[in-house]
Amino acid sequence: MTVSSTQSLTERHPLADAFPGDGVETIGNDADGHTVLAVDRSHLLEILRQLRDDDRFRCDFLSDICGVDYPDRQQRFDVVYHLANLDSGERYRVKVAVDEDDAVLPSAYGVWKAADWFEREVWDMFGVRFEGHPNLKRILTHEAFHGHPLRKDYDPGQRWLLTEKDIMTPEWAREEQLDDQHMESQVLNLGPSHPATHGTLRTVLRLEGENIVKAESEIGYLHRCFEKMSETHGWQQVIPYTDRLNYCSSMINGVGYALAVENMLGIEAPPRAQVVRVILSELSRIMDHAVCLGANLVDLGALTNFWYFFQIREEIYGLLESCAGGRLTVSYARIGGLAHDVPADFEEQVRRLLDYIPPFVADVDKLITRNRIFRDRTEGIGVLSPEEAVAWGWTGPCLRACGVPYDVRKAHPYMGYEQYEFDVPVATTGDTYARYLVRMEEIRQSLRIIRQAIDNLPGGPVITDDHHVALPPKEKVYTEMESLIWHFKLIFEGIKVPPGDAYHFTEGANGELGYYIVSDGSGTPYRIKVRPPCFALYQAYPHILEGLLVPDAIAILGSLNIIAGELDR
Amino acid sequence: MRQPDGSSSMLTTRVDAMLGWVRKNSLWPLPFGTACCAIEFMSVVSAHYDLARFGAEVVRFSPRQADLMIVAGTITDKMAPAVKRIYDQMAEPKYVISMGACACTGGFYRAYHVVQGVDEFIPVDVYVPGCPPTPEALMHGIIKLQEMIQNGETKYDRLKHPEPDRTASAG
Repeated sequence: MTVSSTQSLTERHPLADAFPGDGVETIGNDADGHTVLAVDRSHLLEILRQLRDDDRFRCDFLSDICGVDYPDRQQRFDVVYHLANLDSGERYRVKVAVDEDDAVLPSAYGVWKAADWFEREVWDMFGVRFEGHPNLKRILTHEAFHGHPLRKDYDPGQRWLLTEKDIMTPEWAREEQLDDQHMESQVLNLGPSHPATHGTLRTVLRLEGENIVKAESEIGYLHRCFEKMSETHGWQQVIPYTDRLNYCSSMINGVGYALAVENMLGIEAPPRAQVVRVILSELSRIMDHAVCLGANLVDLGALTNFWYFFQIREEIYGLLESCAGGRLTVSYARIGGLAHDVPADFEEQVRRLLDYIPPFVADVDKLITRNRIFRDRTEGIGVLSPEEAVAWGWTGPCLRACGVPYDVRKAHPYMGYEQYEFDVPVATTGDTYARYLVRMEEIRQSLRIIRQAIDNLPGGPVITDDHHVALPPKEKVYTEMESLIWHFKLIFEGIKVPPGDAYHFTEGANGELGYYIVSDGSGTPYRIKVRPPCFALYQAYPHILEGLLVPDAIAILGSLNIIAGELDR
Repeated sequence: MRQPDGSSSMLTTRVDAMLGWVRKNSLWPLPFGTACCAIEFMSVVSAHYDLARFGAEVVRFSPRQADLMIVAGTITDKMAPAVKRIYDQMAEPKYVISMGACACTGGFYRAYHVVQGVDEFIPVDVYVPGCPPTPEALMHGIIKLQEMIQNGETKYDRLKHPEPDRTASAG
């Protein structure tokens, strides 16, 4: 095991003075400029508080908590906190090591509400307990599950069967209402199979008449073990799995993953690949918003718009199919570029789409934006203040609908986004209607980006010529000894990513899509943690519901665009 | 109606054939969509592919009103009891199409939380391969099921009219 948990540390780090006690063991910067702190467990909570409150840091945003298992180390687990100051863009990574026998940490739920589900996931996957957590129980695996699957000694194929008698019901839902005055009180299971839950979401509601007085969401119904699977496959082989995270916009996930690994390898995809990635990512964003808005409107009784939006998707599928071969799950990105070049009529097809899409968006705009029924059902419903949204770890269109103008493409440009002129739409009310408006405007802004990108589509190769990463061209493999060797080594041993860890994030259709990657220098990833935007969005959902009506629950759920593949992974 | 020698009469076969013809052209699907395949299922019922052309567009989310369950997407161990219960709630005759690699075999998720094929606990009539299958592939699956219903070859038909045990009589 050659994985080191800390790297490039210096004694005289400029921020070292901020921590006079002995709580911070090491402090340094990684290659991306993120500040990495190794912290002693006994001081964890006070340092996290300081990072949030101290003017030098102001980390208002907790983006992720994850575990890493090092079975050969004395302190077996690392728990890693990813923090950010959204105003300055500074990023922090706090690591704390714990023993297997005494795997307990204080809960950070009191510091950032976002810690709620992330801590439950670390408990579920690694068996690290969080003291003081309000509801620490399994989250992704089912109730009859034994063991902690992301520990290195857990067999990836070991299943446990769940029977009906073990299915989770929250404590409060089992309590009988003794009060005779509450004859209309009942418990309602919204999901996991319900027409308005779009997949596999389940929320248990306690109703008084039609008013929701308490709610709890249960997830994991589509937990497909992405992170365990990625540890048993080569670096390139992970790409098809990433497609199935947010399957409504699969291209964005694949690109995000490729960028994260390229970042660790220190390479860049050629300019043509970058621009094609931008075009297809933005088209995927349009597709994602189209299915979100379309489905949301269906749930509110406006069926026509669903057909309009799906027609947009069909046309974009056509382009993706001609590029990649697949309609929905494209697997088109590669570490170092793209699988192969775009078809000869790519430019023509994109320009046709640029003309084709706007009338459909305009039609929906005309039908819905000033529609009295729609506005009555969405305005003022599901409101979250900007402070609360940040505390819950919200990102993407839902955060911008609350009035926080945070977009990774603007704040931390990647893939050449700084060259494009586009606006970040922001609403102020933070309600369901605002989320609709922001998504509609983002469709238009994406079209703007695509228009600029297609005008400046460079020529040249679409994958790097670094043969440590990309296969040499087939004709060279057949004619040159050296290329044959490179081909052989890449197929048998895979890409060798240098040991270390890095967190890389992009703007997914639902918000900040982060990949925290740990490499031990071998041909397979040591650990890949996805920071799924939906996960943070959905954990606030039951809290928003309390005090609202059942029809509001449906309207809000659709507007959050929870994609189970990404939520449960 | 049976002949004295035990074989079926003309009348019974014709009723079967007519019932089959009626049933195959009025399938009411219940899309048990969990993942990526559900998005492709939406394509199949949308304007472009329009499943109505094959008489199977009346999508119902209540198992009491549906006779064709389309399992579209990965089924996890956590979801399995819900799938089983919804299947049990459907009225007979009922048919199942398993859409996509995950529902057929678990797909490339050979993992600790994924059911390795939905036929572990419910009978499947048609397996549609693909990850996800193209809309054409799903339509092919539905047409195939319609043929099977017409010819009395579905799992439901076999359950109701088991073939005579030939090995026993031969002995």
